Amino acid sequence: MRSGRAMAAGGRSWFRGLALGVSLLKCLLVPAYYSTDFEVHRNWLAITHNLPLSQWYYEATSEWTLDYPPFFAWFEYALSHIAKYFDPKMLVIENLNYTSHATVFFQRFSVIFTDILFIYAVHECCRCVNGKRAAKDILEKPTFILAVLLLWNFGLLIVDHIHFQYNGFLFGLMLLSVARLCQRRYLEGALLFAVLLHFKHIYIYVAPAYGIYLLRSYCFTANHADGSLKWRSFSFLHLTLLGLIVCLVSALSLGPFIVLGQLPQVISRLFPFKRGLCHAYWAPNFWALYNAVDKALTVLGLKCNFLDHTKIPKASMTGGLVQEFQHTVLPSVTPLATLICTFISILPSVFCLWFKPQGPRGFLQCLVLCALSSFMFGWHVHEKAILLAILPLSLLSVQRAKDAGIYLILTTTGHFSLFPLLFTPQELPIKILLMLLFTVYSFSSLKSLFRRERPLLTWLETIYLIQLVPLEVFCEFIFPLTPWKWHYPFLPLLLTSVYCALGVTYAWLKLYISVLTERVSVRQKAE
Amino acid sequence: MEKWSLMTITVLLALTVRWTVSLSSYSGAGKPPMYGDYEAQRHWQEVTYNLPVRQWYFNTTDNNLLYWGLDYPPLTAYHSLVCAYIAKLINPDWIALHTSRGYESQPHKLFMRTTVLVADLLVYIPAVILYCFSLKETSTKKKVSSALCILLYPGLILIDHGHFQYNSVSLGLALWGVLCLSYDWDLLGSVAFCLALNYKQMELYHSLPFFCYLLGKCFKKGLKGKGLVLLTKIAGTVVVSFAICWLPFCTDMEQIMQVLRRLFPIDRGLFEDKVANIWYSLSVLIKIKNIISPQTQLKLSFAVTFLSLLPACVKLTAQPSLRGFKFALVSCALSFFLFSFQVHEKSILLVSVPVCLIINEIPFMATWFLLVSTFSMLPLLLKDGLLLAYTVTMLAFLSVCTTSFSIFEKTSAEDLQLKQFSLSLKGYVSWFKSFPKIVRMLFLVSITLMAVLSVMSAMVHPPQRLPDLFPLAVSVISCLHFILFLVYFNVVILWDSKNSKSQKKIS
Repeated sequence: MRSGRAMAAGGRSWFRGLALGVSLLKCLLVPAYYSTDFEVHRNWLAITHNLPLSQWYYEATSEWTLDYPPFFAWFEYALSHIAKYFDPKMLVIENLNYTSHATVFFQRFSVIFTDILFIYAVHECCRCVNGKRAAKDILEKPTFILAVLLLWNFGLLIVDHIHFQYNGFLFGLMLLSVARLCQRRYLEGALLFAVLLHFKHIYIYVAPAYGIYLLRSYCFTANHADGSLKWRSFSFLHLTLLGLIVCLVSALSLGPFIVLGQLPQVISRLFPFKRGLCHAYWAPNFWALYNAVDKALTVLGLKCNFLDHTKIPKASMTGGLVQEFQHTVLPSVTPLATLICTFISILPSVFCLWFKPQGPRGFLQCLVLCALSSFMFGWHVHEKAILLAILPLSLLSVQRAKDAGIYLILTTTGHFSLFPLLFTPQELPIKILLMLLFTVYSFSSLKSLFRRERPLLTWLETIYLIQLVPLEVFCEFIFPLTPWKWHYPFLPLLLTSVYCALGVTYAWLKLYISVLTERVSVRQKAE
Repeated sequence: MEKWSLMTITVLLALTVRWTVSLSSYSGAGKPPMYGDYEAQRHWQEVTYNLPVRQWYFNTTDNNLLYWGLDYPPLTAYHSLVCAYIAKLINPDWIALHTSRGYESQPHKLFMRTTVLVADLLVYIPAVILYCFSLKETSTKKKVSSALCILLYPGLILIDHGHFQYNSVSLGLALWGVLCLSYDWDLLGSVAFCLALNYKQMELYHSLPFFCYLLGKCFKKGLKGKGLVLLTKIAGTVVVSFAICWLPFCTDMEQIMQVLRRLFPIDRGLFEDKVANIWYSLSVLIKIKNIISPQTQLKLSFAVTFLSLLPACVKLTAQPSLRGFKFALVSCALSFFLFSFQVHEKSILLVSVPVCLIINEIPFMATWFLLVSTFSMLPLLLKDGLLLAYTVTMLAFLSVCTTSFSIFEKTSAEDLQLKQFSLSLKGYVSWFKSFPKIVRMLFLVSITLMAVLSVMSAMVHPPQRLPDLFPLAVSVISCLHFILFLVYFNVVILWDSKNSKSQKKIS
């Protein structure tokens, strides 16, 4: 990561060094542990390779059925044609849990290789960051820091290259579309995002930000002097173009399934509402706090005899199983309720984007808020979804001290909450070392970047973050030695997610408040 | 960014790479009946834990010396004993006498890997960091990038954390010795070096520069006054530290003799396996092992080694300087590696670590040498299934060195510390103008050659009649490199200071 060090003046070669360095590190992680997601993707390779289109979303030999949108299935289809040269046996649908060396090698390298798109996107993003703070030292340039924060992102490294998923190139698409919007290449940005949505539908959470921003800045071509909307500048052509792009991409992706009459089946695979409120391991969001309060009230109620033992459903929420969980004291949460909560929480940020346009910065803020709000209140949110907020926030963090402070809280807690993804003792040192590496770097680099401004974190925030260390020591080292290990096996997970939920909620609130209270800068008006 | 956060990041990066390399396979994994160095280390834990000290180095019914008998000095044995106590706490099966032979399991691998990482973290890494901080007349950035390059040197990482050995302990201790000497703490330095020597006898490769440097220092202070006092003190320290290390074996002479016999197995022949030194390379043409009797082989190798050592040592004794000391460490270790008796391919690490110490002075040559040294161990690494780790760490090292030292711009005679030499040759040679270009070309050719051979060794099946073709080619090519490097280092040493006309040149 320091490869670019000596290139004080030397162009972009430091970027190549950073990218090469992280790619090599990814190669070293090839023999590491991988989760069931590895088998999921192998299965998808097999399904798309062997079956006709009409059966992709019906095939159910493996429990890991295809539940990503069609473009991703096509992506797997393309990969499978390379995979057959490595080991054709991995393409047999019945070969469940098949993990030959060649299979591991191929799948791992497909992730590393497709990350090239991510690297390119980061490169484009770095060009968008203004170099006003032109430091002599390359290590203190915002572009350099941004490149490290994105390329060496801890979460992306462990989720993609240890846990195993293809988030790298998907986030690449997202960052690239962001970069294009920042460069005012709106149509390209819209196209990239539409394509991304058909690769992985989780990005729909940030779609409101895209929609409103494109409408506000692209379909309306001018503003009044005070920054408010000039209704007469509406361009019908621009709206048509945008609509055309979205429709064409959707037709390309879903069209064949509509023709086959399989749309309901595809939709039911993509949105499995039968799963529970929380994932197996609770993502550190509002519902984790809600569950924890419910649990605490139950225990308290039992102690004080407010509640009847016999009426309480057998508490299984800490059982770590994906299932619907009934709350005992607080009202149970339905998918509709989460949907409404998410909608309400997203609304202010979208309004803000509409009424107080701040250019690309406002768009990014809204994007992050959408991602964070849906993470906070969404149904069956996965802890990995925090990356959706962390990566775009990196772009903001190198530009303003206030955002940098929020970024530090959010990344540290968000990344820490990813720890339970890797539970094998062999990977314990890797996750701790990589986490330390990223955290030490982000703290020291942002601190030196905003050296002249007030401290990034208050003392209370600092104490909160430092306490993650004893928490980790307790969860990983002390807890397995105590007798609680047998009675409350899920205590560490619970502690981790509740403690991180506090930080994530705090960061969300702080960011929201800072966005809502921000004044419109008058310079932005003339567009 | 501050110095400390940069250093922390460097160390964290080094540790990450070490641990990720250690995810791969180790020497002799799943290869009964002999397994490999991993089993050797485990076996020593078993032996030292279960047997009394008196039997450690002797062949008994409980200690079959033919099966990975202890052949390292006492400190290694003590280290094994400490590890064995920890192993006992976790799972007694790992070190049970006899029954644990060939024990392999995922938790055990984890344990063994952790012991190496801890040893590395405690001994080698702090020595490197402190050494880089002690470098004079360099910016913080240069210090950090030196530390990064040294810590990312692939050879040591691959052998210790991949193949499985504890070289970082002995090398780290030697480094502590150098560090202490650079602060003029001669006694502490001697203690550190004695410990290194008592951990692995191969540290003898470094002993002559240590000896000559300290002796030269005493001469400089005047052998009648302060110098004599210092000499006595150092001698006393060495004797005492040796005595402490060997205390349990001092019960009778036979114990000591037996340990020494185990440490220096003269009957094992001139060279072992495919090592990139002179004797193996010559044996491609002439079967030395068959022509000359073992006794003569011993004498021959001793004589040649001594001759090749002489100039550097004489120079160091006459003009002891810290810089000269570091260069002498390199050239003496390289002489030993090339010419001495019973050399292992892994012994090249003893040359590489001193080369790391001068990476900020001659970045180009040091990088080149370090790459070649790792390459020379390729056959061994391939056998252990470390191809991926080898490729990745080599590329990473090359790119870190090229970017942090911009080595390709530092190929002039001056940058290679050959200014004096070129001045003295000026009248005779006219091609010195294009010297930087030629050197760069040579480097590129050598890198390409190494890359091609690496790919071929990994991918191509050798022809039926020559099954050892690729390992042999690797060894011979590395050996040619090493000979040139020996000449180069000696030239740098001998032409070092102003009044060096009287010194003779080796070639």
